[in-house]
Amino acid sequence: MSLDLYGENILEHFKNPVNRGILENADATAFEVNPLCGDELGVRIKVNNGYIVDARFFGTGCAISQAAVDILLEQIKSRSVQDAAVLDKDKFLKTLGIELSALRLRCALLGFKALKIAALKILSQR
Amino acid sequence: MQSVSMFSVKKIRADFPILQKKVNRQQLIFLDSTSTSQKPKQVLQAINEYYENYNANPHRSLYKLCEKATELYENAHEDAAKFIGAHGKAEIVFVRNTNEAINLVMYSWAMNNLKAGDEILLTLMEHHANIVPWQFLQKFGVKLKFVKLDDSGTLDMDDFEQQLTKEVKLVSLTHCSNVLGTINDVEKLSKLAHDNGSLFLVDAAQSVPHMTVDVKKIDCDFLAFSGHKMLGPMNIGVLYGKSEILGKMEPFMRGSDMIKEVKLTESSWNDLPWKFEAGTPNVEGAVGLSAAIDYLTKIGMEEIQKHEGRLTEYALEKLSTVDGITIYGPQNGIKRGGIISFNLKGIHSHDVAQILDDFGIAIRSGHHCAMPLMKYLGIQSAARASFYLYTTKDEIDALANGLQKVNQVFK
Repeated sequence: MSLDLYGENILEHFKNPVNRGILENADATAFEVNPLCGDELGVRIKVNNGYIVDARFFGTGCAISQAAVDILLEQIKSRSVQDAAVLDKDKFLKTLGIELSALRLRCALLGFKALKIAALKILSQR
Repeated sequence: MQSVSMFSVKKIRADFPILQKKVNRQQLIFLDSTSTSQKPKQVLQAINEYYENYNANPHRSLYKLCEKATELYENAHEDAAKFIGAHGKAEIVFVRNTNEAINLVMYSWAMNNLKAGDEILLTLMEHHANIVPWQFLQKFGVKLKFVKLDDSGTLDMDDFEQQLTKEVKLVSLTHCSNVLGTINDVEKLSKLAHDNGSLFLVDAAQSVPHMTVDVKKIDCDFLAFSGHKMLGPMNIGVLYGKSEILGKMEPFMRGSDMIKEVKLTESSWNDLPWKFEAGTPNVEGAVGLSAAIDYLTKIGMEEIQKHEGRLTEYALEKLSTVDGITIYGPQNGIKRGGIISFNLKGIHSHDVAQILDDFGIAIRSGHHCAMPLMKYLGIQSAARASFYLYTTKDEIDALANGLQKVNQVFK
């Protein structure tokens, strides 16, 4: 049942996101759009010595995309940009603890893709 | 054909095998006919019968099967012509869908007739299928203009007339908005366009399935619709065009069956409508479309429109009682199609749709292939419930209850 999707963890991150906001002086920004719904999600990261010292997301989206990116950014802070660039999709999805249909996967991975692009932007600058 | 049956939703539903199915262990409540309609067994049987008895490549050979396949395929054009009041099959081009029909007009008519500085007048309520093809012409200097909407979600007629300048060579707009349910007065708009010397194209994807549409009355130059939204199979659609215009147009796709004679370096074109139908055609789609037209005609388009009108009125009232709901499009008794887009406060349309699915309720969520309209409405996406001849009041009640449950999940 999809009601399982909307467990406490997901709803909590959706209603009270920790990492939502505009990050000033970010080192990289990336957007992803979900063509299914038109949702736009942006991720901004701040980097120091190759490590992500801060990360924030902005834009609108469904509970799944918003909660997923909030959880993701929580995981990625203080890890290296390299880590973020090669982050494993399936491992990340597992940490969400929900089962997603093919269509909803796009929602859950919207922020994931944006973060990867942001990380790759940093790496390509070097 | 005269409408012979009394309108009975119960009887109609019995014809649709999928409506007897369960989804998530719940009775399926299908409220997404605007995306695609379900199919009655009469359509499914007609397709099956074609493959079991008559399958052959039409227009190719002289044996019996081919003769029958040709007859079925050509008759489907006649059926479609009759259904929308066209003169005959010469004005009916089979395409895959509305989207392809509009592309055909863009490539075959606009590319050969428009020049830099010419304008195309569209509206802000168009589906991507009636925006994106035209955008291609911008690189040749053709300008696109969009008529604004008023607060109720109907066309701003002052703006329409103001933007209908001499440079406008084509007015292309939807008969019924797939998001707002707004029904545009295409007869009036057609007259204004013609008085200005512009051609007039109607995107009828959401009107032909749900109401009597008469191309002669509208006096449109082109009209496009899809079979799958009117009980037929996917991948069969119709471009209607006035024969004097189609006759002067260049072919769209080139190759077999659309030719009269082929020499090594030149060819001449087949008669209408075959000039626009290259390659082996979609006979099963044509047969299915014929059966769908037959089914709709027997029930009666007026009866169907009345039924949907009653449901829409009921749904607008019922849904307005749901906490935190915003309903888009014309209200307060303005005539509209059986399409209701809405949002629940603080809840994304995807989440609304996902939770409703648990109750077997199928609605659309997202941007509905109308991103510019979404932007105009100041929203990212919306949920949408839409009705057809098989929709019941009970299903609308179930939707309203389901939405309250969605609210509870996000409380």
